[in-house]
Amino acid sequence: MDNRKSKRASIIYHTFIIGFGLLMLYPILWMAVSSLKPEHEIFLNSASLIPSEIKWENYVQGWSGFGKYGFDLFFKNSMIVTSLSVVGALFSSSLVAFAFARLKFKFQGALFACLLATVMLPMQVTLIPQYILFHNLNWVNTFLPLVVPAFIGGSPFFIFLMVQFIRGIPRELDEAAIIDGCSWYGVFWYIILPLCKPALVTVMIFQFMWTWDDFLSPLIYLQDTNLYTMALGLRAFSDPDNLTAWGPLIAMSTVSLIPQFILFLFCQKYLVKGIATTGIK
Amino acid sequence: MREELGKPMKLRPSGFLSGSVKKRTIKHNLIALSFLSPWLIGFIGFVIGPMIYSFYLSFTNYNMLQEPTWVGLDNYIRIFTNDPLFITSLKVTLLFVVISVPLKLLFALFVAMLMNMGHRGSGFYTLLYYIPSIIGGSVAIAVIWRQIFGREGALNHVLGNFGIEGYNWFSHPDYAIWVLILLIVWQFGSPMVIFLAGLRQIPTELYEAASVDGASRFKKFFSITIPLLTPVIFFNLVFQMINAFMTFTQAFLITQGGPVNKTLFYALYLYREAFTNYRMGYASALAWVLLVVIALATFLIFKSSKKWVYYESEGGKG
Repeated sequence: MDNRKSKRASIIYHTFIIGFGLLMLYPILWMAVSSLKPEHEIFLNSASLIPSEIKWENYVQGWSGFGKYGFDLFFKNSMIVTSLSVVGALFSSSLVAFAFARLKFKFQGALFACLLATVMLPMQVTLIPQYILFHNLNWVNTFLPLVVPAFIGGSPFFIFLMVQFIRGIPRELDEAAIIDGCSWYGVFWYIILPLCKPALVTVMIFQFMWTWDDFLSPLIYLQDTNLYTMALGLRAFSDPDNLTAWGPLIAMSTVSLIPQFILFLFCQKYLVKGIATTGIK
Repeated sequence: MREELGKPMKLRPSGFLSGSVKKRTIKHNLIALSFLSPWLIGFIGFVIGPMIYSFYLSFTNYNMLQEPTWVGLDNYIRIFTNDPLFITSLKVTLLFVVISVPLKLLFALFVAMLMNMGHRGSGFYTLLYYIPSIIGGSVAIAVIWRQIFGREGALNHVLGNFGIEGYNWFSHPDYAIWVLILLIVWQFGSPMVIFLAGLRQIPTELYEAASVDGASRFKKFFSITIPLLTPVIFFNLVFQMINAFMTFTQAFLITQGGPVNKTLFYALYLYREAFTNYRMGYASALAWVLLVVIALATFLIFKSSKKWVYYESEGGKG
């Protein structure tokens, strides 16, 4: 009797969660399905998730982009910017976090307070002077303004995350190494860094997701179409003033999300853990 | 602790600086400096320096062609006395924050509780519900949102089946902001995961004891779950609020601030002043006002937290 009741509750639960989940994911499913629909069908029966026939034309047409600029170019640009930023974030966050978590130095407390304060700082406050700075350095219309900040601790969040993680590693390990004559650089490289893998993966995922998605910085710093990232290319492609066909636009929107999806599928374990422990985003 | 720092270092010849304790301390500071230098350069060159410069700029007129000219408090006076767009954008943003943040948190808590009911597959479902948060800020989703809520979009097709004639939702003065609120609430993934972690930390004995005492589910929720979750609610509230104040991309791409400035978010207005009109001085002043507004809102939440956030001796999530 009791068993039957709990079974029924379980069925209701799963039906509700899946049904609700489908509603949540509807826009994404809609995008994927519509990208395969023949052009005229996208509006004709727009709510439907079942195409009458599957067409890859939208992808072919979309990939060739507009004018002389194809999406292969934008995709490549996004890849360059994103991978360099990821390297930069891993580099700066691990080094700086090691100092805060393991070394003792002057003004340590005050500097850590500065770090925490910048986590909360709205980017709008530094946006304008940074633009003027990069403008004066002649960095506008290069990838440098998008990449260099990552190398110099542009995301204090990551440093904070790594500090928390390194503090959890037993100190006995580095003490033993120091007694054996290892330098602090050696401790960092041979002991702490290999143990930080889960935290480093979390940093990598978030930096990838954010840089890939980022719209405001490319919008401000990249005016040359040759340098456009996926986000900018897609925006130019979707400009209501010269609105191209919806089919190719939706197909390219789908393509722009594929790298994030792949990363999500392979690293979901780290992702959810990372958010739960740091409250990122 | 101090002693082990003084052990010989491999990278530098020992004896190089191994004299007095003072020299050792200097050496340690230098080692620390080498590790810290990436962030220190960034902090001074890209945060503190720019902030000082921005503060200076806020008292000038600067169009990036001529040198900045000092105008004293003029920018600030104009913001507060003679700029209807400032008032509009502040109102729009406050409305957006006050509606979207609580909705998002309520939704996140609701789903987190569903995920915490001990059914099988909740790990998978959590991931499923997290997907919108990963891609929700992208240009691609903005494109899709425009289509779904457009005149001939998917929503109107569904409504059409019920004989309701829809609008072009994102260009209707009353509904445009709701299209954006929906998009932001849709990305409830990270507060959800944080709530879930918080819910799992509540000792089950508390619920068992309450059950023995004959407490209803309703009673347990309000007397155990909510009080023990207040530190997490507080954390989510602060972070989501700060993020909501800075919303830009969606408004820029989907509504372009329109119709009739009904979705002119503060960040969007600031962007236009700076990068369309090249009023760098005025935009800097706007940025400082935004910082003060956000700081004030954060301060109020912190101040009120003493009244409603429950801290167990020293436990709870920071």
